[in-house]
Amino acid sequence: MINVKINNLDVKAEEGWTILETAKFYGLEIPTLCYNEGLSVYGGCRLCLVEIGEKPNTKMVSSCTYPVSEGLVVHTDTKRVIQTRRMMIELMLSVAPNSKTIQDLASKFNVTQMRFKARNEECILCGLCVRMCAEQMDGKAIGFQNRGHKRRISTPFDVRSEVCRLCGGCMYICPACQLRCHGPNPDTDVCNACLTMDPTCIDTYDELQCWMYDAGRCGTCVREEDEKKEANQEINKK
Amino acid sequence: MKNTNKKNSLGSLKKIIKEQKQARNAEKKITLTVSAGTCGQARGSMEVIDFLNKTIKQKKLEDRIQVKVTGCHGFCEAEPNIIIQPDDIFYQHVKPKDSKDIIEKTALNNEIIDRLLYTDPSTKEKAKRGNDISFYTKQKRLVLGDNVLIDPTDINDYFSIGGYSSLVKTLENLTPEQVIDTVKSSGIRGRGGAGFPTGAKWEFTRKAKADVKYIICNADEGDPGAYMDRSLMEGNPHRVLEGMIIGAYAIGASEGTIYIRDEYPLALQNITLALQQARDFGILGKNILGSGFSLEINIVKGAGAFVCGEETALIASIEGKVGEPRQRPPFPAVEGLWRKPTNINNVETWGNIPLIIEKGADWYSQIGTEKSKGTKIFSLVGKINNTGLVEVPMGITLREIIFDIGGGIPKDKKFKAVQTGGPSGGCLPEEKLDLPIDYESLTKAGSIMGSGGMIVMDENTCMVDVAKYFLNFLRDESCGKCLSCREGTQRMWEIVTKISEGKGEEGDLALLEELAHAVKNASMCGLGQTAANPVLSTLRYFRDEYEAHVIDKKCPAGVCKDLIKYTILEDKCTGCMACIKPCPVNAISGELKKVHTLDENKCIRCGACYEACNFDAIKIE
Repeated sequence: MINVKINNLDVKAEEGWTILETAKFYGLEIPTLCYNEGLSVYGGCRLCLVEIGEKPNTKMVSSCTYPVSEGLVVHTDTKRVIQTRRMMIELMLSVAPNSKTIQDLASKFNVTQMRFKARNEECILCGLCVRMCAEQMDGKAIGFQNRGHKRRISTPFDVRSEVCRLCGGCMYICPACQLRCHGPNPDTDVCNACLTMDPTCIDTYDELQCWMYDAGRCGTCVREEDEKKEANQEINKK
Repeated sequence: MKNTNKKNSLGSLKKIIKEQKQARNAEKKITLTVSAGTCGQARGSMEVIDFLNKTIKQKKLEDRIQVKVTGCHGFCEAEPNIIIQPDDIFYQHVKPKDSKDIIEKTALNNEIIDRLLYTDPSTKEKAKRGNDISFYTKQKRLVLGDNVLIDPTDINDYFSIGGYSSLVKTLENLTPEQVIDTVKSSGIRGRGGAGFPTGAKWEFTRKAKADVKYIICNADEGDPGAYMDRSLMEGNPHRVLEGMIIGAYAIGASEGTIYIRDEYPLALQNITLALQQARDFGILGKNILGSGFSLEINIVKGAGAFVCGEETALIASIEGKVGEPRQRPPFPAVEGLWRKPTNINNVETWGNIPLIIEKGADWYSQIGTEKSKGTKIFSLVGKINNTGLVEVPMGITLREIIFDIGGGIPKDKKFKAVQTGGPSGGCLPEEKLDLPIDYESLTKAGSIMGSGGMIVMDENTCMVDVAKYFLNFLRDESCGKCLSCREGTQRMWEIVTKISEGKGEEGDLALLEELAHAVKNASMCGLGQTAANPVLSTLRYFRDEYEAHVIDKKCPAGVCKDLIKYTILEDKCTGCMACIKPCPVNAISGELKKVHTLDENKCIRCGACYEACNFDAIKIE
């Protein structure tokens, strides 16, 4: 067994587990999108980011791809993680504002604005369909084409692939093209109709209560201790 | 050719090296050394070589004069250049028609040809020898210096400067552990960019347990304006090979790969030839020099993706997969090529190894700063007088590189910024000029060492435009796996483009900064993690310029086309008509000796008139 510290809790993990698997095992929720238990890990959507290491030498990694190691220190809900995660949702939203999955994520994590011009491309290139086709359907009919901003999903040479059996696995697993969201507000492209109703966060909260409700992830509050520390640092600087 | 086709032992190779050294010392011929790297060839050095050879043949001087074709001498501004031995006379910008003079006057009669000498741009003094030129005097050319001495296609030439004696020393006297200890205590760090200690990396790979281990030479140099690795591969391929063989011995690797860009045909040709020669001499292959150690090295050509310079993407590319980085750990030292322990080092790092073995760790660690040892090659380009490759000890200041070695900015313009570390590096302003260069100081200042690109910018450079250029490069070259990098660079480019078109709004800069930090934090590999540097560093040091674009809708440097206006100053225009012809859209009209007029509606702001005018009568607003 490997000893890991997640959100100041000492936990034990099996050899070969990722941070995400360990966190899930202990009931700590980390949001994911391009992750699926039945498929290989990819690490493309950057939603499952966590902060590892001790301050000040922390870095952010995708928890779905990062294997645990002895003595690893993980924080799943720091200010930095929350801010970056929200930006990732905002970026996804700007590409596929019609996806219910992404609009739901926006509501859940309190992303209430979208400051980029919507492109309505729908595909967020999470690669779920590619892996579904290759790993579960034994098809390998679709794949990524090109790189950078020209990257897209297609069949070889853009013609119908001979190995495609029209099983629909790719559509089944797609977070963007299956579920349509019917309520985006035309002014902002952000729906927020189902903005979480639970009063998950108060301005500050008690550490224990926070874990019980898995709070902090919504980002409406900032950990008291974090704020205090930052304030102290600034005073020290002066 | 008497030495080929015979496998050598350690003893016989030592003898060959000794013989070749003696032959070099005993050389009585006058040698004309012509630089013919890719840069020299582009400037016509092959024609010069042809003419020199013809003249020598015509005059039947073959026993007195020889022409030596070498790789790049580093001083690109002066290409093609010739060094005449034994007097070490340095001629620049040599044209085929000069070859007769060079042979008749200089080679035979020791007469200096004044018009071919280098003139210092600041002191206006002429320099006779290479060592008199300010470009060379402040450098410490430990790795690149041998380029001048040897013909890269001839292994015997490499022997004659003591080449492969470090390998002989290693195989004869040192255990792999001793080699690693030497490299560790020398303090050398990876020259590819990240600066990871090389000795420690080797040790990880050595300690990993596996039946087979690999080494890789990363020659996928892709930064715009950087070509250090190319020059080393072209001019001295055996040095890189020697480093790799020593490294493989220390690590316990039995196979090696050189991953090189296909866009480097000359480097590819020279390294392929070098591999063949080394095999023929028994320096490579089974049972190297009778030591019992075997190593085979092959070449893999890259298809031109910038991201394949990242080590995990490079490994994927060698395996025939899409060149995309993967999560580390496991690091390549544990699980690399074909899931076996693999050690990857950059060309320049491998090139430093023979030196460390030859001169020892103590000697090497005296050069440089506390945490960064040895020398580093930079490619000094952009708005600079002495364009070229400079090799300097770590800890030298940017000012020394740019103003002493580089000779300052052309046309006495004002220095504005220097961009270090390629597209993922940052721009440093004038107040950072006295920064001693090492890995830590550059990172702290918001840039990176990178592989050694150094682009100098003058007052006519717009920093928003610079950020836009690098973002455009990165949005193309991101592999596209991580949302943060793919979509982040695209969106940053969109915002910066909007700003440069004068459509910037309040809040754009804050959003740009927020997005840049998110891209930096969230991306998986080095490319994404540093992709925000062009934006962050220009925002940090040149925020006023961004604000001028957003708030005043003005481009202070006069670069962004949508924000500038060309006008003709009536009091300065002499009516010479010089600007009329270059204008591609016929926007300027006028008669001789009368003030010309410029039609703003037709003008596409290309700047052709500005460059053509000799009287500063065109004004950019």
